Order: sequence, then structure tokens, then C-alpha cells
Amino acid sequence: MTSPSRLPFYIAVFLLIAAGISLAVWRHIELGIPWLTGDQRPVWMVEARVDFDGASDPVVASLNVPGQPPGFSILTEQAASPGYGFSIIDKAGSRRAEWTKREVSGPQTLYFKAQFVPDPGAEPTPPAQPPETKRLFWEEPQATAVREILAQAEARSSTPESMTRELIRLMQPDTRVQNTTLLVSEENYLQLLVNMLNHSGIPARTADGLKLEDARRRQQLTPFLQIYNGEQWLTLNPKTAAQGVPDDILLWRQGPESLLDVVGGDNSEISFSMLRQTVPALQLAAMQSKGNGLGFLSFYELPIEEQSMFRMLLLLPLGALVVAFMRIVIGIRTSGTFMPVLIAVAFVQTTLIPGLIAFLSVVSIGLMMRGYLSSLNLLLVSRISALIILVIFITAGLSIFGYQMGFNTGMTVTFFPMVIIAWTIERMSILWEEESGQEVLIQGSGSLFVAICAYLLMSAPLAGHLTFNFPELHFAVLGLILLMGQYTGYKLTELKRFTPMKAYD
Amino acid sequence: MDWISPRSLKRLGMLNMNRRNVDYIARYNERASYPLVDNKLKTKLVVAEYGVKTPKLLQVVKQQHEISRFREMAEELAGFAIKPAKGSGGKGITVITGRDEDFFVKASGARVGAPVLERHLTNILAGLYSLAGTPDVAIVENLVESSPSLARYSHQGVPDIRIVVFQGYPVMAMLRLATTASDGKANLHQGAVGVGLDISTGKSLNAVQFNRPITLHPDTGLALGNINIDAWGEMLEMASRCYEATGLGYMGVDIVVDANEGPLLLELNARPGLAIQMANGRGLLPRLRAVEA
Repeated sequence: MTSPSRLPFYIAVFLLIAAGISLAVWRHIELGIPWLTGDQRPVWMVEARVDFDGASDPVVASLNVPGQPPGFSILTEQAASPGYGFSIIDKAGSRRAEWTKREVSGPQTLYFKAQFVPDPGAEPTPPAQPPETKRLFWEEPQATAVREILAQAEARSSTPESMTRELIRLMQPDTRVQNTTLLVSEENYLQLLVNMLNHSGIPARTADGLKLEDARRRQQLTPFLQIYNGEQWLTLNPKTAAQGVPDDILLWRQGPESLLDVVGGDNSEISFSMLRQTVPALQLAAMQSKGNGLGFLSFYELPIEEQSMFRMLLLLPLGALVVAFMRIVIGIRTSGTFMPVLIAVAFVQTTLIPGLIAFLSVVSIGLMMRGYLSSLNLLLVSRISALIILVIFITAGLSIFGYQMGFNTGMTVTFFPMVIIAWTIERMSILWEEESGQEVLIQGSGSLFVAICAYLLMSAPLAGHLTFNFPELHFAVLGLILLMGQYTGYKLTELKRFTPMKAYD
Repeated sequence: MDWISPRSLKRLGMLNMNRRNVDYIARYNERASYPLVDNKLKTKLVVAEYGVKTPKLLQVVKQQHEISRFREMAEELAGFAIKPAKGSGGKGITVITGRDEDFFVKASGARVGAPVLERHLTNILAGLYSLAGTPDVAIVENLVESSPSLARYSHQGVPDIRIVVFQGYPVMAMLRLATTASDGKANLHQGAVGVGLDISTGKSLNAVQFNRPITLHPDTGLALGNINIDAWGEMLEMASRCYEATGLGYMGVDIVVDANEGPLLLELNARPGLAIQMANGRGLLPRLRAVEA
């Protein structure tokens, strides 16, 4: 007998749940927050080492560092170079790490370390304006050779990419003809290629890539060719003409800037070493979210203390969900509606068995003392107040006793909410007087059962992980609780309770 | 373990707790009218305007210092009942049936001194029995002397009749008889016997105790199969008037039959229990839907 007015409610609940889940999925994809706790992601730690000899002069050492290498994103950067001034200078599409020192003599070593995360989606932003080509003036007879080779390549191609491929093929030793032998020598091959492409109107430049292999030291960069196809820069292998950057190549330098400039030093050298590390995916996501526009949706930027508080708070909705389910669908009776959740929260901090022992001993000692209080004929408020103080005494007594006996678990009693325990004792005691000890047992064990269920859910590492890292999932929890508020079916316990009705069926 | 399938419950039209709360109480009971039924003092006053009789009010204890006046008043009386105005489910009701020297005799036969009753009043005022623990007042009423025709079925205590009224129509009724197990209280989940009554004639149908069908009263041993309630029409009319007085669409009306004054309204309940269906052996839903239609 659902009346039509409930339809908007169901739509709203559906939207709430859908919003919660899709927001979580979106953040999983966009920020890389893992669904599971133990997820690990590889990270490449690359160290560039610059060596040079100082000549008692002021030194400026300037190293080109990656800005946005294709296929990777940068996680951290740091420089190690005692006594040097250091800064990273961003200008017009290139980033340079710059070390400076007033007086330098003797051999010097500078380090630049960066962590790179493989990120298939990372692409450099295409230049706002198409780059210009520079036509070089060639002397004869090179000019004729260049013209002829370009004409040959152009005749067999249609696009900048195919033109480049053809040109590379023509320049290879096995296909070389007289024209190319005239031009090519081993040292100038790549620069020649760039110059020729520019000459033919295709913007081209060089790039340096680093082959990533675990635990390699003293590695050098390998050169790559980049051409501009009218939309973006494409990377090609200058020898094989294979297009694209292989997965294990990190493009350290792109563009016309030099890799390393040392002013005021001699014999400068650069080498790279690298290491493959794994970091928890979650830590990675937290680090990356700082620079991300979506980062504001998460708790990672809060101070650690608040973070841990929210970890606890965000578990509460799960407890509430368990209580709602147990009471509405299962039909378990508990003493005090949400007392089980608070007990469960205490259990999360004390762990189950010590928590259970502590809780049961406090409540049973409290019930005995309450028996005496009830004969004193006190007003309710002062009776509860007295009970709160007694509960604190019991707690302190148990803690000290436990500690002296060598059980640290005794101390965990302090995690229980004193006022709630006092009220629980009061309710139980009244229940005992009015109904029976049996009813106390039923409601007490019902409460404990619900508390343990809530505890088991709340203490599951996955639950803590999901609630804290995907707080939007609480929309779904809220939706479920709202749905349960509309549940008009039979409770599980009612199926038992109404059993005698079988006779009339 | 013995279970009944949800399908057969549905076939029987059994109203369950969740549906009662969502589809009936929340839909037909105005929140603003709750104080009228949750506070027995207000109930007495409001139904009186509609010509519904209630047990005679002897004293209202509102403040702690008024408790001393209670002792003076109680000296004169043989039997009375102390009730918390906002109590629920019969909690906090103490019935004194007579005197034994300085002691008061409870319905169960136990003898208690005046200090015990005073402490009980203190508890009531502090809100121990009230629904939300809020401060309360205690009312002292004349003792209902149950009409012998019904009283013989009950062990101690006064039998009462619960009628569920839906939008002014009495839909189901039962007779509640106290037992030893229920400590003289006509409260089903404390162990009182519930006898289903035919809503049109007031004749008994089935009987249950602790949700189990029985045929004889466990204490008096009397057969429960052929009880006939006198003045049934009058009671149905009383129940309907209570709806006019309070405006609550779905409620339980508790009526006692006094030997001298006839049917008296004991209390109203905005959240009547479901056990009445077990006592009748019938579900409430078909009747409620018939009224809704």
C-alpha cells in the first residue's frame, strides 16, 4: 500500500545513493584513491648527479629538469647540495634547477632527486602557438643534397609523421645514397635530422630520455627526436622511426634548452641512477591530491590530530546503520537506542575481549551499587549523578587494580563513556525491578550483540579505509538508513513472535 | 525453533511493528495530540468534556513538598491507585487495595509502609517512569472495584478491556486478565492473559498468555471460552468518543468496568501493542483497510 506521494522520496534516496557511489568512483579514477587498503604502486626514484671541478670562481650550475614528462607524473623533488643556493626556475616551457655558490674550488657533486609515478594519462600540455621553424642556410654541396633527400622523402609521404619516418629511413646506413653520406656523420646525425625537418617546414627538436631499469647507476640519457604535427609534439626514435615514448623511457629533457650548463666550473658531467620503489597507493593519492583540484574533497589536508578524530567520527554512521538494521529488520531489543554504537566505539579503542571484560565488570559492579542507591530513596537526578561518580570510581579502581596485577588492559576501561554507562546501569536496574532479571538479560545481551556486530564492522580495516577516504559513501549509508525508515515488512523476530498464529492460518 | 513464514502472516493480515509505526501511527496520529494521551491527567480532563467517565481523581501530587499532604489524605482511604501521569505500559502504577494497621496492602497482597509509597511518589515526580525521563506529576485515583462478573476471571488486579480505535471505528478488542506472573497488572508482556473479543458482540474468541494460546486461566482455572461482556455497546461508544476528544486516528482505549459506576476509561494509548491480534487470532490489517477505504 505504497501511496503515490512516496515516489519522490524513493527517487531522492536513489539519487543520494547513486551520488555517493558515483562520487566515490569518480574520485577513485581521478585521484587514484584505492578501493582496498593494501594497494601498492610503483614509483621511480631518479637521481641526477652533476660533477664538475670548481675554479675558485662564482658558480652557476643549471640543470634541465622534467616539467611534465609524457606518461609520468612527478611526486616529489629535492636537491642535495650542501653550501649551495638552490632554486627551481620555471620559464617559458622549461624548468631548470639552479645551484649557485660564491666561491667554489675542487671537485663538486650536486644531486637532484625526483620521484616519478607511471601515469598513462599524463600528457604535456600542447603549446598554445605552433612553434616556428627555422630555415638554415646550407652551403653547397650540402644544400643540393638536402634538397634532394627532402624532395625524395616528401614524394613518398603525406603527413609530417610519414615525412619524418621516410627521412629517417633514407638517412640509415643501409639505405644511404651518395647524398646522405655527404651529410651524415655520427656526431651530427640527430641535429642534422632536426635541421633538415625544420628546413622542410616541420618544427622539430631533440629530447633526452632515460631508460628506467631497477637499481641502475651511472646511466646516460638517450636522444630522441620530436616533431610537431600541427597539434602536439610527437616523439620518435631517431634510429628506428618508432613513434611514441616507450613505457620505460622517462623524457628528462624536451625542447631546445641544454641539459646542463655550468658557469664557473670545468669538466662538468651528469649521470643518472634510479631505483624502483613501491608506495602505498593511498599515500600516493594523498600526496598527489595536494596539487589537485579535487583535493579539497578529502581530509588529507587537515592536521593529523583532526584526521584521526574524523577517522573515528566517520565510523559512527556504520554503527548507526547496524543499529537501524538490527532494530528495524531483525528486531533485536537493545537498552537505549544508540548505546550499542557508543559501546562499539569504545570497543574499537580497547579491542573486543578486554573491552567486553571491562564493560561487563563495570556494569555488574555498578548494578550492585545501584541496588544500594535505590534503597536510599534519592531523587532521580542525584541518583544518576551519584552513579556517574561511582562509575568513575569503579573505572579508576579497575584501572589501578589491573595495572598493579600487570594487566595493561585494565586501563582501557577509561575509553567507555562514563555518563552512558551510568544511564545504562540505571535503566537496567529499573528494568530489573519492574520486569525481571530475564528482561535485563535479553536487552543487555541484545545491546551487547548489536555492539559487537557494530564493532566488527567498524573495526574492519576496509570499513575504516572506505569511510575515511571516500567520505561521500556516507550518502549511500544515509540513503540506506532512510530506506530502512520506510520498511514496513515483518521483523525477523516477529516471525517467531507470531508463530502461534499458524493455528488460524 | 518454530517460525511462521512472512507469506502466511500476510495472508492473515497481521499488522507488524514497522507498518504500525509508519503507516498508522505516523500517518494518523498528530504529534500535537500525543500529550493528551501520554499524560493521564490531561486525558481525564479532555474526555470528561465528551461525557466519558474516568475513575475519580483524589489528589494530584505535583511537587516534592506535597508528598506530606499525601500521607494525610491516604489516612482516610481504604483503596486507591497511584499513577505517574506520563507513565507508559503500566509502569509505576501502584494499587493499594486495603489497610493492615499502619501498612498499606498492595494488590499482590504485599504490605508496604507509608515511606515506601512516598519514595514511589518521589520517583514519579523525578520522572523515573515518564516516557522521556522528564519530571512528572503523580495522580491518586479512587480504587476501581471491578464488577464481579469479570473480576472472578482475574487473579488479583482489575481486568480491563483494550479496544483499538481506528479513525473513530472500534476495530478490535480484547479483555486483559491479570495473573500471578503479571503481578496483578493487566499488561500482556508482563504475563497477563489476553482474551480476544468479538468486536460486534463482545463475546470471547481466543485467549493467549505470553503469546501462547490457552483455554483456562492459569491461576483461577476458569474457562475463558465463553465470556460475555455486558454493556458492550456502551463501551464501543466510549471508545469512539475518545477519538473525538483526542483526534488520534489510531489508538488503544483501555476501559475497566467498575462494580458501582459501570465502564470507566482507564487510559488511552497512542501506540497500542500488536498482541491484540494474537488474542483474537486475526490480523488487524483487513479491518484497518476496510476503514481506510
